Amino acid sequence: MRSLEIVFFAICTLLVLLGGVFTVAAKNPIRGAMGLLATIIGVAGMYLLLAAELLAAVQVIVYAGAVVILFLFVIMLIGPTTAETSDARGAVGRYVGAIVFALCAVGALYAIMRFGGDKLVTMPPPAAGMGSVESIGREIFTRAVVPFQIAGLLLLIAVVGAMAVASGKQDFVHGTDPPKDKAKGNPADAIPQKALAQKGQPL
Amino acid sequence: MNAIPLEYYLTVAGVLFSIGCIGFLLRRNLLVLLMSIELMLNAVNLTLVAFNRMYPQSHGGQVFAFFVIVVAAAEAAIGLAIVLAFFRVRKTIRSDDADLLRN
Repeated sequence: MRSLEIVFFAICTLLVLLGGVFTVAAKNPIRGAMGLLATIIGVAGMYLLLAAELLAAVQVIVYAGAVVILFLFVIMLIGPTTAETSDARGAVGRYVGAIVFALCAVGALYAIMRFGGDKLVTMPPPAAGMGSVESIGREIFTRAVVPFQIAGLLLLIAVVGAMAVASGKQDFVHGTDPPKDKAKGNPADAIPQKALAQKGQPL
Repeated sequence: MNAIPLEYYLTVAGVLFSIGCIGFLLRRNLLVLLMSIELMLNAVNLTLVAFNRMYPQSHGGQVFAFFVIVVAAAEAAIGLAIVLAFFRVRKTIRSDDADLLRN
């Protein structure tokens, strides 16, 4: 039983870390989304080990079922432009920042491993029904009922805001021509505008 | 269910957070930046649930992780909508090209 748990933890760790590296390093964002999916499945497995069954289910449903699919939809909608961004220009500052952060992370990991003194901290046995739907639901609807309502309001605002931002009625932003001018404009100058747009210049 | 010590979970979460943050700093594809943010949020959630398992008197950590998942879902929706609007205006998703306010 104990060795089975260790094997399960090792598999989840492998999924999480390899998926994370793959997410960050993949040139093609579709492969990155697959790496994100592996990370999410691994974290859900760790939730199972940590006696958080409801959170494991929510993780798979919300992240793997909604967020990753949303990423894939946007990647498909934008098309092959997503894989063409190069990381070449101005890379020095970025690398310096990343190296400084990596050093901080190594220090933090050392502090974590010294958390319990000389020996590792073993966890106490879980309380009965910990992480079940019943106990989490009781907690949410008694102690955390106000944050729960605010979370619902936040989701409503996010839905309305996402529709408003993505609806495509922002052509007037930053001095581009309004659509009615484009319609009666000379078709001859549409080509250089398009060429400019593909180089990422303002229209 | 208690063969794995707490430090192992914290180490995995720390490494995952570092991967996400380094990716956020190094990459300039807006979609990859959003995915890196999701990685960091997952690492924080793992830490919260691990500490809740360490101190099982209440469910505070798990409930907090639940709300973090809610906020992450809202953030992904809004962020992807912004990426779509940005792509519609500039025909690219490089983060370096989001410089309309620079001059």
